[in-house]
Amino acid sequence: MKKIFETQAVRKLVFLALTFVIIQLLISTNIIDAYLQNTLAAICINIILAVSLNLITGFTGQFSLGHAGFMSIGAYTCAIITLRMPTMLGFFLGVFAGAVLAALIGFVVGLPTLRLRGDYLAIATLGMAEIIRIVFINLKITNGAAGLQGIPRFVNWTWLFIFTVGTVLLISNFLKSSHGRACIAIREDEIAADAMGINTTKYKVTAFVIGAFCAGIAGALYASYFYFLKPNIFDFLKSVNVLVIVVLGGLGSISGSIFAAILLEIISTFLQSLSELRMVMYALLLIIIMIFRPQGLMGSKEVTLSVFNKLGGNFRSGMSKLEQRLKSKKGRV
Amino acid sequence: MEQLLQQVINGISLGSIYALIALGYTMVYGIIKLINFAHCDVYMIGAYIGYFCMNNFHLGFVPSLLISMVVCTLLGIAIEKIAYKPLRNATRIAVLITAIGVSLFLEYGTMFFVKATSRSYPEMTGMMAQRFNFGNVVISMQQILILAITVVLMILLQLIVKKTRIGKAMRAVSMDRDAAELMGINVDTTITFTFALGSALAGAAGVLVGVYYNSINPLMGVLPGLKAFVAAVFGGIGIIPGAMIGGYFIGAVEVFVSGYGGSLYRDAVVFGILILILIVKPTGLLGKNTREKV
Repeated sequence: MKKIFETQAVRKLVFLALTFVIIQLLISTNIIDAYLQNTLAAICINIILAVSLNLITGFTGQFSLGHAGFMSIGAYTCAIITLRMPTMLGFFLGVFAGAVLAALIGFVVGLPTLRLRGDYLAIATLGMAEIIRIVFINLKITNGAAGLQGIPRFVNWTWLFIFTVGTVLLISNFLKSSHGRACIAIREDEIAADAMGINTTKYKVTAFVIGAFCAGIAGALYASYFYFLKPNIFDFLKSVNVLVIVVLGGLGSISGSIFAAILLEIISTFLQSLSELRMVMYALLLIIIMIFRPQGLMGSKEVTLSVFNKLGGNFRSGMSKLEQRLKSKKGRV
Repeated sequence: MEQLLQQVINGISLGSIYALIALGYTMVYGIIKLINFAHCDVYMIGAYIGYFCMNNFHLGFVPSLLISMVVCTLLGIAIEKIAYKPLRNATRIAVLITAIGVSLFLEYGTMFFVKATSRSYPEMTGMMAQRFNFGNVVISMQQILILAITVVLMILLQLIVKKTRIGKAMRAVSMDRDAAELMGINVDTTITFTFALGSALAGAAGVLVGVYYNSINPLMGVLPGLKAFVAAVFGGIGIIPGAMIGGYFIGAVEVFVSGYGGSLYRDAVVFGILILILIVKPTGLLGKNTREKV
């Protein structure tokens, strides 16, 4: 068993390294030009956002519509710090401070609101994100509705890659731990999980805080990559966009979120020139996919590297076994 | 004192509009447990229909209002039949995403046809432009009209829900869908009828807003929609009188906050109240606590 695990880990590492090197080569040979690099950055940021929201909504079953709020906290914190301290150290400090601050707000907001269920939680988080946005519009330090400009860019493909892989690994490893399983148990049946001695509030808040932390990182990367911030970037539509990626990829599927983030960003790059029609087509696509495949592209299945070698990924079999056991209690979302 | 009175009057006008929109949210939520995000865009379409009736066809206020209500009713039915009906047995999150999709479709579809710029309603003339002064308190004819129309529509709605067969069916379906179906109620028709009613009210609200605030644009529905939803939650979602009370309350809060210097934080206060209510009494003002059963 141990040997299989080790080859798995090696394969994973090789796969990641190959992805990194190939894209780095494409960038340095200018096949991926400046315009496509923006798409690449948006994909990475969306992957972080989607995977972290999937932890909250897909795996723990807590329906949040406020992800843009956490993202904006990370973005503004990082921007303000790097504007005053335009060094690499300042950037790291900014990312870290942004993520921690987002997590802190996530904790403060999550503790009381996570008692709410379903739609009520969605509305409460939506309200929270709107409040954060309005505060940013009115604060002096964020330069109000006009926003911050000329934020120094420290993010390149290397950092995007490292942070994206880091967050995805953080969350998938969290889900493999006993804490993560507790979260999945809460999604399947909160009352049953409570009865089994799981401290549901604690795990819901944990998942929420980790999600907020990662959203903060995504926001910081956004601020540093795109130079420019204004509060209206982080409106209701942004939260919805992230939720759409998660649902499209499949609630409870990390690889689904990653595929959906890539797919949607590529579609929107191709439709960029159509302006209003782009949003109309996006909306139609959404409705059609939901009508014909309401469980999302991947359902709750994962694609791991085991697809390539048919050895059976330890993660996948473990997850499906657990899910089978839990599904026998007939799951609801 | 006079300023206070003036604020109350303004609050009632704004609250009437929120109440009309909130009724649509609350009825749909009561019956299929869906936050119908597309509802606020039906309201926007209503405003545009009213605009075209008055501006391009030079119709009077009342015919425009009626035409807008009819068109919105048809739109509501179409949305329900095309987008929501195929998902009757899907998970709620899938239906919610569809609702968001429909909302985006209506917003940007409208933007494609009429462009994103704001348009202003034609100037009101004659009786409609009258103002009544009581000392320093000003009541415009439009404000009286808004209140009168809202009250008439609410009484009509109450009569439909309480006195007719289809209203009885609506109440039955919102209480227990499966049991209602077993009693021979056509659940699909009832749901469609609920959408039709709510959309008609939203259409009326759209025209009233156009007349009152004079300016309309394709994204005008988003924020009022969210606030109307807050109003519905405040009063207890699924409860019709609750939505009315909630609408007037939110309207009053908004007017008072901006009237006394906090206009920048107006929306934040509304959402803050929402979060507070959800934490203290999630079922809303008139809601009853139901125990969750396994």
